[in-house]
Amino acid sequence: MIGYILRRLLLVIPTLVGVAVAVFFLIRVMPGDVVVVKLRADGAAVTQDAIDAERKRLGLDKPMVVQFADYMWGLTRLDLGKSLWTGESVGKEIAQRFPVSLQVSIMATIIAVFIAVPLGTLSAVYRDTWVDNLIRVLAVSGLAIPGFWLGMIIILGLLAFFNWLPKIGYVSIFEDPVTNLAALIWPALSVGYRYAAVVTRMMRSALLEVMREDYIRTARAKGVYQKLVVRRHAVRNALLPVVTVIGLEFAFLIGGLVVTEQVFNLNGIGKLFVDAAARGDFTLIQGLVILIATIFVLVNLVVDVLYAFLDPRIRLN
Amino acid sequence: MSVYSRIASVIGAAAALAAATAASAQTPKKGGILNFAVVAEPPTIDCHAVSTFAFAHPGRAHYSTLLKFSGNWDALKIVGDLAKSWEMAPDGLTYTFKLRENVKFHDGSPMTSEDVKASYDRIVNPPEGVVSLRRALHSDIGSIETPDPLTVVFKMKKANASMLTHFASPWNCIYRAAKLKEDPKFPEKTVLGTGAFEFVEYKKGEVWVAKRFDQYFIPDRPYLDGYKAFFVKSNAVASGIIGGQFDAEFRGRTPKERDQIVDAMKGNAVVVEGPWITNLLFTFNTQKKPFDDVRVRQALTLAVDRWGQGPNLAKISMLKFVSGMFRPGFEYGLSEAELVKIPGFGKDIEKSRARARELLKEAGVPNLKVKFVNRNVAEPYTPGGIFLIDQWKRIGVEAEHAQLETKLFFDAMKEGNFDVLMEFISDFADDPSAQFDKFLTPAKSSQSASRHNDVLLDQLFDQQAGAVDPAARKKLVNQFETHGLTQAYSAPLLWWQRIIVHHKKIKGWELHPSHFTAHDYVNVWLDE
Repeated sequence: MIGYILRRLLLVIPTLVGVAVAVFFLIRVMPGDVVVVKLRADGAAVTQDAIDAERKRLGLDKPMVVQFADYMWGLTRLDLGKSLWTGESVGKEIAQRFPVSLQVSIMATIIAVFIAVPLGTLSAVYRDTWVDNLIRVLAVSGLAIPGFWLGMIIILGLLAFFNWLPKIGYVSIFEDPVTNLAALIWPALSVGYRYAAVVTRMMRSALLEVMREDYIRTARAKGVYQKLVVRRHAVRNALLPVVTVIGLEFAFLIGGLVVTEQVFNLNGIGKLFVDAAARGDFTLIQGLVILIATIFVLVNLVVDVLYAFLDPRIRLN
Repeated sequence: MSVYSRIASVIGAAAALAAATAASAQTPKKGGILNFAVVAEPPTIDCHAVSTFAFAHPGRAHYSTLLKFSGNWDALKIVGDLAKSWEMAPDGLTYTFKLRENVKFHDGSPMTSEDVKASYDRIVNPPEGVVSLRRALHSDIGSIETPDPLTVVFKMKKANASMLTHFASPWNCIYRAAKLKEDPKFPEKTVLGTGAFEFVEYKKGEVWVAKRFDQYFIPDRPYLDGYKAFFVKSNAVASGIIGGQFDAEFRGRTPKERDQIVDAMKGNAVVVEGPWITNLLFTFNTQKKPFDDVRVRQALTLAVDRWGQGPNLAKISMLKFVSGMFRPGFEYGLSEAELVKIPGFGKDIEKSRARARELLKEAGVPNLKVKFVNRNVAEPYTPGGIFLIDQWKRIGVEAEHAQLETKLFFDAMKEGNFDVLMEFISDFADDPSAQFDKFLTPAKSSQSASRHNDVLLDQLFDQQAGAVDPAARKKLVNQFETHGLTQAYSAPLLWWQRIIVHHKKIKGWELHPSHFTAHDYVNVWLDE
């Protein structure tokens, strides 16, 4: 197992190098000049000399090959460069926002799993009954309702009924758990609902598939209680595709909370991504893409490892 | 919003405003934290290298400037900040400032004329690697002398009629000379000024925190214990104020948001409104046919019913006031009687449009099609753009409306990839030299999107810039404005209204005509 994990981790390196090279060149195809946006967007009468000086200061006057070499050399030292907008280290910019997105993603995942696994199971077990129909309606609604819209409804609801909104600004859960949860529970619920809907559908279909297997029929024939059949034999086997979906959704959420973060004023990775793209902050976009690629690769690895725990027949080698 | 709730909100706002006026006579209370929103993020914390309100709102209060603007928009004047008094030589070639005594930086060191000199030297001649955005505007400064620690003398290479305005610029923060000597880039990393508030922390994308500077040079000021500026998206401001996340946003809100906040806060909101030194103007690419023809340009500005539709647009957008190259009411601008004689600014719209059709016919383009490039910013670019297209349709001109993201917009502007471009003017002060910049030739201004080569405008610009006698300057400024508007290389559409809605507990904040000034919060207090 450890050998397998190490081999997979080594494979991360060429993957990320490929991502880094691709993003470096693709992003430069994008039109727009970060310096002009930075200096002139508010209407300032900035001369071309000032713009040229800033371009030089940021190293944007260097040939593309030199910029690429600087960038790749930086990556070998885990240096993602400096944001063209703020001049801060990209690592620092990301590190400040990452905990917010990570926590919302984790909370959304917890909400989704706690809702989806029981509901998906009930839906499958009570197939074509009113229970199943109700859960399917909820699940389809979750898929159909965009997370950001639900977020806006939550905000309007909080305002209309309580004339209250959570405090702005991220406070670590270890510092002040109440303030932290009061701020992050709402975005987690708004994205968690859609997430739960996806997982519920997957859980239901996987469980229905498993319930038709011979070993389930055998267990029933042996007189094992239905509850025990479902819990011990069916659910565990049905969880394999569900875990895959949970993993992919989680990885997607880290960088995909774009609109939700805007709606709830969260200073996370998604908002940073949108701002960086709008400004044409190449170095920051590069750093974010590499971060998200790394998360996807690592989450896939975790999912693969989880397979072995869920199904002992699977041997990782 | 129903008619009744609108009336109620207006009455509520009026009552709140009356209460606010009455409160201005109240004794200010000390203490409290001012919480406000900022709808953008500064790219840097160095005053000399920044040009956005996103820095001015949270950052300006840490610093002092030689002079500053004071009073409400209708009674605005330049007053001393660090300067106790000042004097301009009659020829405009020398400015002498006497500085206040006992001014201290936040690290406890005294502020002297050396600090003023070092700061202005950094603006005029920035060391290698230091960004000075307004270097060109200060290029008439020849030398700076410091005969004693409390006197600073600026010797000009030539007279510059805008110099006093520049000395009051919110961007000309005074830094500590000793720190600049150690590292000319230190203001990019460290906030150290003589302003009323000390810097506490800045969490990017989240919050900027400041606390009262107890050794501030005005006794018993500031009133506040501190402030917190929250960085949020614009669409989160109204709900944030209503939900109590913060108590104000000082850039400006739309009429719809104003009504929404006033409605929801039931008498706890105060609305202050006034004109804004910000406009929309549409610029013709004179390098492209038929926009090299003044008749076509005039036709497209004649089509616009500014006087008739300005009040209607004001109900749904930030656009409101009709004026030429200056904020309405600015003393150097053309009077209304003079303005209405200029094509596009007359009040008889049917007559104007008939003339517009004739001009298009004469120019041989009766069925003109226009590539109109606008910014993809909802307010007020979208309503402004739609309005303009509608007005052109009324003289038979069709437009392809391309709303581009800011960076793509600037690309289109740079490449000349447009027929007509929706631009804007936004400055910290009413100043002819600043507001004329976009009307000059490319040889004179890097912001000249119209690419015309009318050197008369450049000549008039130089003459007014050096005219220190106000009457002489006004005459030249009026000539520039009349000629520029008649030639219509760029045509002002409408000037913006500035609408600020804040919690009624906020007192002592002044509505300036610019969102770049009035952010030292020295006189702001909370009635709670």
